[in-house]
Amino acid sequence: MISQDILVVGGGLAGLAAALSSNPNLKVAVISKVHPLRSHSVAAQGGINAALGNSPDGKDDSWERHAFDTIKGSDYLADQDSAELMCQKAIPSIYELEYLGVPFSRFPGGVIAQRPFGGAGFPRTCYAADRTGLVILHTLFEQSVRKKVQCFNEWMVTRLVVNEGRCLGVVVYDLASGEVMPVKARAVIFCTGGYGRVYLKTTNAYINHGSGIGIAYRAGIPLKDMEFVQFHPTSLYDNNILITEGARGEGGYLVNNKGKRFMEDYAPSAMELAPRDIVARAIQTEINKGNGFENLYVYLDLRHLGEAKIKKRLPGIREICINFAGLDPINTPIPIQPAQHYSMGGIDVNAQCAAVVEGFFAAGECACISVHGANRLGGNSLLETVVFGKIAGESASNFVNGSQGRDGDEGVLLEEAVAVKKRIEEWRRKGSGEKVHRLLNRLKLIMSQKVGIFRNEKDLAEALESIRALREDYKQVYISGQCLRYSQELVNVIEFDSMLDLAEVIALGALNREETRGSHYRNDFTKRDDKGWLKHSLVALVDGKPQVNYREVNISKYKPELRKY
Amino acid sequence: MKHIFRILRFDPQKDKHPFFQDFLYETEEKKSVLEALMEIRNEQDCTLAFRYSCREAICGSCAMVINGNFDLACRTILQSLKSSLVIIEPMPNLEIQKDLVVDMEPFFDAYQKIEPYLAPEAEKPEGGFRIEDREMDKIYQYINCIMCGCCYSACPVASRDERYMGPAALAKLYRFVKDPRDKRPFTSWSRINTESGAWGCDTVFKCNEVCPKDVRPADGIEALRRKLVLEKIRRIFQWKR
Repeated sequence: MISQDILVVGGGLAGLAAALSSNPNLKVAVISKVHPLRSHSVAAQGGINAALGNSPDGKDDSWERHAFDTIKGSDYLADQDSAELMCQKAIPSIYELEYLGVPFSRFPGGVIAQRPFGGAGFPRTCYAADRTGLVILHTLFEQSVRKKVQCFNEWMVTRLVVNEGRCLGVVVYDLASGEVMPVKARAVIFCTGGYGRVYLKTTNAYINHGSGIGIAYRAGIPLKDMEFVQFHPTSLYDNNILITEGARGEGGYLVNNKGKRFMEDYAPSAMELAPRDIVARAIQTEINKGNGFENLYVYLDLRHLGEAKIKKRLPGIREICINFAGLDPINTPIPIQPAQHYSMGGIDVNAQCAAVVEGFFAAGECACISVHGANRLGGNSLLETVVFGKIAGESASNFVNGSQGRDGDEGVLLEEAVAVKKRIEEWRRKGSGEKVHRLLNRLKLIMSQKVGIFRNEKDLAEALESIRALREDYKQVYISGQCLRYSQELVNVIEFDSMLDLAEVIALGALNREETRGSHYRNDFTKRDDKGWLKHSLVALVDGKPQVNYREVNISKYKPELRKY
Repeated sequence: MKHIFRILRFDPQKDKHPFFQDFLYETEEKKSVLEALMEIRNEQDCTLAFRYSCREAICGSCAMVINGNFDLACRTILQSLKSSLVIIEPMPNLEIQKDLVVDMEPFFDAYQKIEPYLAPEAEKPEGGFRIEDREMDKIYQYINCIMCGCCYSACPVASRDERYMGPAALAKLYRFVKDPRDKRPFTSWSRINTESGAWGCDTVFKCNEVCPKDVRPADGIEALRRKLVLEKIRRIFQWKR
């Protein structure tokens, strides 16, 4: 049986950061269902926040201001101690990334350039044109080559094995061989990313099924604040490829069919650079009011920025527009619409990235610490991955080196692997039944129509019912292809189980939370209710059913106030 | 519109030889070749194997040969092919693992050989480096590389000589050598002063032609050659930098 001291699941930014910060004397490996460079982190565009104060307009910036903006952006649901930790560590983290090789864009004088971003008081977002995710992911991968980090690519984790409150390892499906096998580990770190593909319209990669979060939930670990789903204001109509917030940071306008910069009606001082929840709702409201184009999109107009600036600062956006929409933003406004983008919620972990299960850690989008609360600010997700990925690696190393890191029981791992094999065999033997991609399409429709930007009790209750009906139909699912090597069908059948869980937890959390906060907007409860709801939702699987609990928010310096931009 | 997708199939554990299989695909909507492949897989043959992830030409997963051209399936719009027959083949010169999935190991092995990471001075500069943007601009072309493997697969030298590192790895090396922060000694990177390194390229520029991200790897190889020669001359005459 393959045995590791630390097993990192996921080869994106958080995963690589965790592997790189793990104690080099330990046996560390990264498992990823794709090659690490294919992880969705690569698609991040606009930048990463740190209060460097490099911009002439940002001289008064400080990590405290960054923390305040993050907390206000979160609609006061972020845990303030964790948000402060992240913003404080942001500054050395950027210099560390730069030293490792990240080619940040520069200001005259040679310092790292910073652009304005939504909800930020100062230009604070460091960037490499509009390919910031690409350059950071490639840099961390380069470092993993330098440090000879072992990677098991195209291995998909299907189960987290927990026995008596202790994590023992995982069961994996190796795509290349088609085999299922257990992997023993003294500590496991999940950095498995988001679940965008639970929605019909999402900026996320095809691979973002969110199964890591679902697997942790099935293993008994609670999920936190899952009802908070970020919809990015600007995704390209109609394939929903991300158009970075940096486009507005550089000065882009949002315009409706009357030619009006409609943000003045929603956020008169921040305008296009209000936080994402506010801008996404504004765009959707304009479209719903009939002020969109074809009732589907509005325009993001960059023409006034001029050819030179677009080519220099937004070359990737221009390339996407030319490739995928057949237009050049130098001459033509970009049709955009909101789309699911990010999960503020996730696996419940503390600021050391540790979960209730001993030896289990999580970081990045799959985790909820929480630093983003009810709404994440642009540029804070890359930051979270590098800061908390590193912390997760250090925490797991300490755990393994401490007395707690003893070896687990191999028998339980073997049993779990056999159970997975048996399940696959059942799907394969069936010969007829439901095809998984059809179930997936049904789920996406439910989530987009009823658990979207605007929510209400009736829709949410219906969504829950439909998700539970889908769960029944999932019992009839079968695998039509007999070959299990590189079987995306099998990947989808396995992951759909998690997707159902996630959909249920998101809808349930949204139905219970009778208030509006950040990204969670209820048409039937349009106000924030700090008395009743300034608390985290926790959903745990108990006897096969989701059980809801709540936890206090850590509030220190920043008392909740009205959120205006 | 109706399309015939003629897809190269091969399962090395089962088939003696690769063979083409035809699938009928009909759509009225604008679709990428990747979307079409996914629908064909879902509706017609779930064993059809291919890689994908981001669907926005940034992750480098879905490189293949489409009607004779190297490209990413996600950024190739079906209608733009202007042909009802769509012939899909895996990238050549890499072993087929199944259907369109090829073994990328030789490609990443070459990448690892060039020591693809920044080698800065030992002391971390306080408050970060001071570098003008125009210096950074010089490496931006190469930073766009997404490691899709098109250049390596299309390279005539790499196809006949497996020791040749190929365009992507050499362009990556140039990206670091040219980086103002990088201090790797000439003696270390000049290991590519060989036929399997910078001098292996036979300058047919196939890599520049097929690169879906306009990296133009051969520019990097040419620049490495110039730098090698210049550095040699410097050493002969003991010029100071």
